[in-house]
Amino acid sequence: MIAVVKCCGNNIASIGNALQKLQCSFTLTEDPDVIATADKVILPGVGSAKAAMSKLQSAKLVPVLQTLRQPVLGICLGMQLLYTSSEENDVACLNIIDGQVKRFCLTNEYPVPHMGWNYVSAIEDNSFTTKLKDCYYYFVHSFYAPISRETIASVNYGHSFSAIVKKNNYYGMQFHPEKSGQVGLALLDTFLRLP
Amino acid sequence: MLAKRIIPCLDVKDNYVVKGVTFKNHKVVGDILALASYYNKSGADELIFYDITASCEQRSANSNWVQKIAEQIDIPFCVAGGIRSLQAAEKILTLGADKISINSPALENPKLISDLVYEFGSQCVVVGVDSCQLGEDYYVYQYTGVPDKMIKSSYRTKDWLEEVVARGAGEIVLNCMNQDGRREGYDLAQLNFFRKRLPIPLIASGGAGTMEHFSDLFKTTNVSGALAASVFHQKTIAISGLKTFLIKQGIEVRCV
Repeated sequence: MIAVVKCCGNNIASIGNALQKLQCSFTLTEDPDVIATADKVILPGVGSAKAAMSKLQSAKLVPVLQTLRQPVLGICLGMQLLYTSSEENDVACLNIIDGQVKRFCLTNEYPVPHMGWNYVSAIEDNSFTTKLKDCYYYFVHSFYAPISRETIASVNYGHSFSAIVKKNNYYGMQFHPEKSGQVGLALLDTFLRLP
Repeated sequence: MLAKRIIPCLDVKDNYVVKGVTFKNHKVVGDILALASYYNKSGADELIFYDITASCEQRSANSNWVQKIAEQIDIPFCVAGGIRSLQAAEKILTLGADKISINSPALENPKLISDLVYEFGSQCVVVGVDSCQLGEDYYVYQYTGVPDKMIKSSYRTKDWLEEVVARGAGEIVLNCMNQDGRREGYDLAQLNFFRKRLPIPLIASGGAGTMEHFSDLFKTTNVSGALAASVFHQKTIAISGLKTFLIKQGIEVRCV
């Protein structure tokens, strides 16, 4: 069973619809025991890091999410929550990946949010990134994770930053695979098939 | 780099997609779900559904089709029309829409923009602006969905866009009324003028008639995307053909 963490934002319906298209059964939950024992965990998220972290704290999910051994996928804000902290209100996050999520600078040339389909390039070959050559994925965000050793695919908007990150069993996608057409669904399917 | 977005706009009235010329004489062009599915497959980057009479009829967009669309397509979509409360917005977002767009209700109550941004985040709050050139300046119009109710608002477009940005909106769709429905090209002067003054994404609307109109738009302005309706609905322009054309012109777009 796939556990989709229910806490962070309103667009859970999109993830559910995508999982249904992939004929994957899932449960939408904030129960720590269900999440701890799920085969895989998806941490979606839109909205602010501060609101999401306080919801995870009140649901007593922080220690659970920090110690999972099964594959975990953070999407958009869910990816950013994997980091030590976010510049968005200087909030402390899950501290699974070292580093701070940064705010984009507002300019006329590169308006913020970074919204739309952008080209993602693999940095490192693995089961994930072989699926995404020559592909555009749908992004919408105002904060970004700088390139680090956990970055396995990057994207450029004024400068390069992380599009997909991986640390041990934790994966993160800055874009929305559930909103990125057939290529996005294929990538989500790759995650669902991880051992 | 970020691809320019091609966005079909589906004007919805009584559960059908309709299109008028310069906001009048709406004609049925097809079924909502069938058209949404068609555009999803043919390479549209995003869809906007606009319940054109919702605002004048003092109701929010009809939500029974929102969920069906969310289940059917795998690209982002935005719903517009008569959303004038947090509850109405939440309902539409919870059913699976990625963004909501507000226009007349924001003019009635500008605080609605900041309230929606606080509650749901700027990424899902789009403000639609109907802007008309009168003499040397641009002015905002309200209730443009129904000709009898359309009025000139108290705002100059410049002042209204500044307020929309200050209140945290994530994107602006600027519909240039002098051009809308005429198929003579986008209002490049107006779009360029406002693009240079905005820190958030701007989508061009009104006037698409040929593929060259899209390439002119992307070559002369830095808008994030182009919205069009009748040229797509009447199959004057196929999205796949348009994208091939734009790539040959050196414009970055997503091909499926």
